[in-house]
Amino acid sequence: MARYIVRRLAWAVVMLVVVSALTFLIFYTFPSADPAALRAGRQATPQLIEQIRHALGLDKPVYEQFFIYMKNLGLHFDLGYSYQNNVPVRQEIFARLPATISLTAGAFVVWMLIGIPVGVLSAIRPRSVGDRVAMGGALVGISAPVYWLGLVALFLFASDIGKVHLFGGAGSYVPLTQDPGGWVKSLILPWFVLAAAFAAFYARMVRGNLIEVMGEDYIRTARAKGLPERRVILRHGLRAALTPIVTIAGLDIGILLGGAVLTETVFNIPGVGRFAYDSIVNSDLPAIQGTVLFGALFIIVANLIVDIAYAFLDPRVRY
Amino acid sequence: MAALLDIHDLRVSFQTRDGVVHAVDGVSTSVDRGKTLGLVGESGSGKSVTALSVIGLTRLPNAEVSGQVLFDGTDLLQLSSERLQSVRGPRIAMIFQDPLSSLHPLYRVGWQIEEAILAHEQVSRRAARARAVDAMRAVEMPNPAELVDRYPHELSGGMRQRAMIAMALVLNPDVLIADEPTTALDVTVQAQILELIRSLQHDFDTAVVLITHDFGVIAETADEVAVMYAGRIVEQGPIDTILEAPEHPYTWGLLQSIPRLDTPRRDRLEPITGTPPSLVYPPTGCHFHPRCPYVMPMCRTMDPELLQSDPGHFVACHLPVAERRRIWQELRPKPAEAA
Repeated sequence: MARYIVRRLAWAVVMLVVVSALTFLIFYTFPSADPAALRAGRQATPQLIEQIRHALGLDKPVYEQFFIYMKNLGLHFDLGYSYQNNVPVRQEIFARLPATISLTAGAFVVWMLIGIPVGVLSAIRPRSVGDRVAMGGALVGISAPVYWLGLVALFLFASDIGKVHLFGGAGSYVPLTQDPGGWVKSLILPWFVLAAAFAAFYARMVRGNLIEVMGEDYIRTARAKGLPERRVILRHGLRAALTPIVTIAGLDIGILLGGAVLTETVFNIPGVGRFAYDSIVNSDLPAIQGTVLFGALFIIVANLIVDIAYAFLDPRVRY
Repeated sequence: MAALLDIHDLRVSFQTRDGVVHAVDGVSTSVDRGKTLGLVGESGSGKSVTALSVIGLTRLPNAEVSGQVLFDGTDLLQLSSERLQSVRGPRIAMIFQDPLSSLHPLYRVGWQIEEAILAHEQVSRRAARARAVDAMRAVEMPNPAELVDRYPHELSGGMRQRAMIAMALVLNPDVLIADEPTTALDVTVQAQILELIRSLQHDFDTAVVLITHDFGVIAETADEVAVMYAGRIVEQGPIDTILEAPEHPYTWGLLQSIPRLDTPRRDRLEPITGTPPSLVYPPTGCHFHPRCPYVMPMCRTMDPELLQSDPGHFVACHLPVAERRRIWQELRPKPAEAA
């Protein structure tokens, strides 16, 4: 097991280097605004722009820039300075992580609490009216884009522009440590909006897995033992049906911790996703690199945790 | 006196996309304490469905079950699902063909045995565990105190089936239904498992319903045999009668298709020609007539009744009794001449 983890971590480093290289390559291959010109502001003289270009190291060849970046990252865990305001990117990202973690964790709780029960109820009465309604709703949930759903939610429930002034609107985020009540109030709409598609997807997955599991021989054994049907479904059926779902849930959390770009942007939550969006708009390469690397790191770590967790969830899996 | 388990005119049909499948079509049979009833037939003959229906495991929205299953005087088919739950396990237990897929892969075997106890008795987890270990010892698992904490995939096929039997017998049921309990096992292990079932049956005076397609298994264990074909019993009688003087052409076919060591080797085994019939559109008249070498015109139109030919021996065939006995005398495998 230990050897397996070490091997996986070594691969993780390789992956992160590759991801960085790709980000550099994409940034310099595709047309984007000149970061030096953006930084210099309006009506800047060519000399000023050149000066800034040199200060940022943008006049060096791309491979040299990449090398310097990797050296700083490897030796000092230094992600460089934002072209925009000279603030260290690492500091910028860490400052925004709590908001992203708040959004992800809350949404995860919401989608699991909705997805699993709906999936189970649908699975035990397949093709019933309830199942059809639930699965129809799930289709809508999967199909509705987050930015549309987010705007609708704001339009209906936001405390400033909503038809019913229920929850905090866009830009109302307050940190948990500052005001727990305000934190919940401001995040309820984003939680549900972000969770909608996931809840729908998980409900369908739970339903499909559980229907399949309920046809297994060991379910028949559980019934032959005279267990109550409730226990047969939850302890025997759902237990087996949830194992593969844990894998996907771990990956989804990893992806979202890298920044829920759309949700954070619609609700103006100062998280990593919002930061990624801003840095792309501003052609801020160190910031883009930083957010991409963080996103990749979360996905890789989530992957590893899921694979390790699987060995505990399913005794047949061994590394 | 009525038998412990008395199945009367059991009919089970399933609504499927292809039409109504008549899986069990009027089966009547019985088994008593300490006795073993063998249900024999090909795949799809309705033997498993018959057994599952006894404990209500065919209660599905698309299934229709009728008839009577009298257990100790109570009709199990009339019981509510909740009442039936308290019968399953402590009164009637069941073991299945493939112990690997029949045990839950994610729980330790000991836990699965404990669960059966805890579902029916108010005992502590610790006491349940002690009994699980005892049950595993009773089915001759070596080192049960260690094996309780194993997962099913960590046990051999024979040990898994022993664990299944321990789980079924831990509550000391009156009836054990064994659905092809040895089919997935090696031949040497098969014999051990059958011997185990027989000795436990003897110790606890359990009634056993043994479902199999293997006449060898039946010959070793059953007291009474019911031969099923296309959802019906076509012949039923004491084991010696069925083996020595069978009277139904289908039974003849089954017996002749067994490889034997004690008769001269023929060039090839004799399979029953044709394929099992569709249960959605069963043949008219006798269901076996399309495959029967002795078919007569009346077989195509008239259903033969299950009639007594000797005391305790029932046969559903239009052939005259004398004719059936004459044919069997010609067919029966002759022991090898002393060489």
